[in-house]
Amino acid sequence: MIPAIQVQQVHKRFGSVHALCGIDLEVAPGEFFGLLGPNGAGKTTLINTLAGLTRADSGSVRVMGHDVITAYRDSRRALGVVPQELVFDPFFSVRETLRIQSGYFGLRHNDAWIDEIMHHLDLAGKADANMRSLSGGMKRRVLVAQALVHKPPVIVLDEPTAGVDVELRQGLWEFVRGLNRDGHTVVLTTHYLEEAEAMCARIAMLKQGRIVALDTTSNLLNRMDSLYLKLRITGAALPAALAARVRDSHDPVHTLRLRSYAEVEGVLAQVREAGAHIEELELLQPDLEDVFVQIMNREEAGQMREHASVSRFPPCGAPNP
Amino acid sequence: MSGFGTLLYKELLRFWKVAFQTIAAPVLTTLLYLLIFSHVMQGQARVYGALPYSAFLVPGLVMMAVLQNAFANSSSSVVQSKITGNIIFVLLPPLSYWDFFAAYVFASVVRGMVVGVGVLLVSLGFVGLPFGHPLWMLAFALAGSAILGTLGLLAGIWAEKFDQVAAFQSFLIVPLTFLSGVFYSIRSLPAFWQGLSHFNPFFYMIDGFRYGFFGVSDINPALSLGIAVASLLALTALTLALLRRGYKLRH
Repeated sequence: MIPAIQVQQVHKRFGSVHALCGIDLEVAPGEFFGLLGPNGAGKTTLINTLAGLTRADSGSVRVMGHDVITAYRDSRRALGVVPQELVFDPFFSVRETLRIQSGYFGLRHNDAWIDEIMHHLDLAGKADANMRSLSGGMKRRVLVAQALVHKPPVIVLDEPTAGVDVELRQGLWEFVRGLNRDGHTVVLTTHYLEEAEAMCARIAMLKQGRIVALDTTSNLLNRMDSLYLKLRITGAALPAALAARVRDSHDPVHTLRLRSYAEVEGVLAQVREAGAHIEELELLQPDLEDVFVQIMNREEAGQMREHASVSRFPPCGAPNP
Repeated sequence: MSGFGTLLYKELLRFWKVAFQTIAAPVLTTLLYLLIFSHVMQGQARVYGALPYSAFLVPGLVMMAVLQNAFANSSSSVVQSKITGNIIFVLLPPLSYWDFFAAYVFASVVRGMVVGVGVLLVSLGFVGLPFGHPLWMLAFALAGSAILGTLGLLAGIWAEKFDQVAAFQSFLIVPLTFLSGVFYSIRSLPAFWQGLSHFNPFFYMIDGFRYGFFGVSDINPALSLGIAVASLLALTALTLALLRRGYKLRH
């Protein structure tokens, strides 16, 4: 089966910044895939190389099997991109914008599909409104519609919910889920980790131009070797012996890190022995944010080792062993 | 419609929607030049024998309007799209760099021609003109607007801010047009300046265009057209090479 997206050994430098550091990635058709990472990790650069907005220095990028440089017409037809920035052309109305965008893809008489997208995105009432007059949320919907005019099998959304109100966010996710059910491959970047956890079946985490984790969402969650015990105590302070376990502490509520359920009893006993009463108790499963923080911290530690020349990764730019 | 056709249509629609600013305003400005200069200079200057100054002036003003508006169209469209970010709407679809080049330059040619025809029609209300060689006129107007449309595209691709396009216009396009013999025949200049004028490519466009009306010119129109076409080919080659590399558009 031809992967929807295939990225092989992609490097990209902007001056002295190594934005992409040998990225290898495959996304299968029909997947709902998440691309996470802190600002500056290379998410948008990676998306831009898929879209042909940025050219990789080396390596190859394919969309539905079409190389984005040598077969750019086919690769761009296969790809719909919702950009991160809220851009629009102030000269045109919503319908004109969508008709023109269709025309760029060589599509005539696309009005039936344009009407359908506008209907699904609640834009029908604004069809003849000038782009300038729309609210930010409406402009975001038009960007989604523009990315879909040519019915691309692969859809990339670069932080589509940044600065979007709750109602639109939910409507948008409902719509994107529907597209995925209809067989579209969806790639998503977001800062809202709970969104990624809820939507994406598989996730890649980027840091400083490298993929530092790539797995199914459930595997990533299971990979966490800890769970959290949230306690509300009175009568005495948290015993000092437990200080190393504290994740966060807002007296009298303390969240402690445990390695397994077997540790619950021991910790509770320590609290009681210190003379404290347990008023409330809650066990928390790690969420994607915990995984994210753990992986990013591990990477930082890894880089410190790298500086001490005990490298976990080959230095960026070095040939693959 | 093809991708190229759509981009051309969008570019035409863009200036048509603000026609008051993109067509009516330059026609009015040029008309003011005509009224003021012909009033001041009438009777003081005779060019090409018995030709009244106002008649001499009109073709120069028409061509100047054609050139400046062709430049303004592509340069402002591209730099505006780059700065607002909506340039991605044309970078994401499967448009080739040829499509991109041709659509922006054709739209500039159309804008230049529309403004030129407007200036010419309004001028005819004030000045009688012969139309000796309309095909030469057309050839120079097309070549001139295509050259300036291409220069505008180059400026738009290169510029990162509006003031850089404005600088391109103020320090290159305007001096070259004003010093190209719009308002005078270079025969009236001292020998040194006359010689220097021959290095100004705009001079050949204006001179050749004027030949289309009066059948007289400082330079053989075939040579002028040859120089204009050669300039156009050189600029086209440069612009296509930059677009192909994605210079300042695809990083």
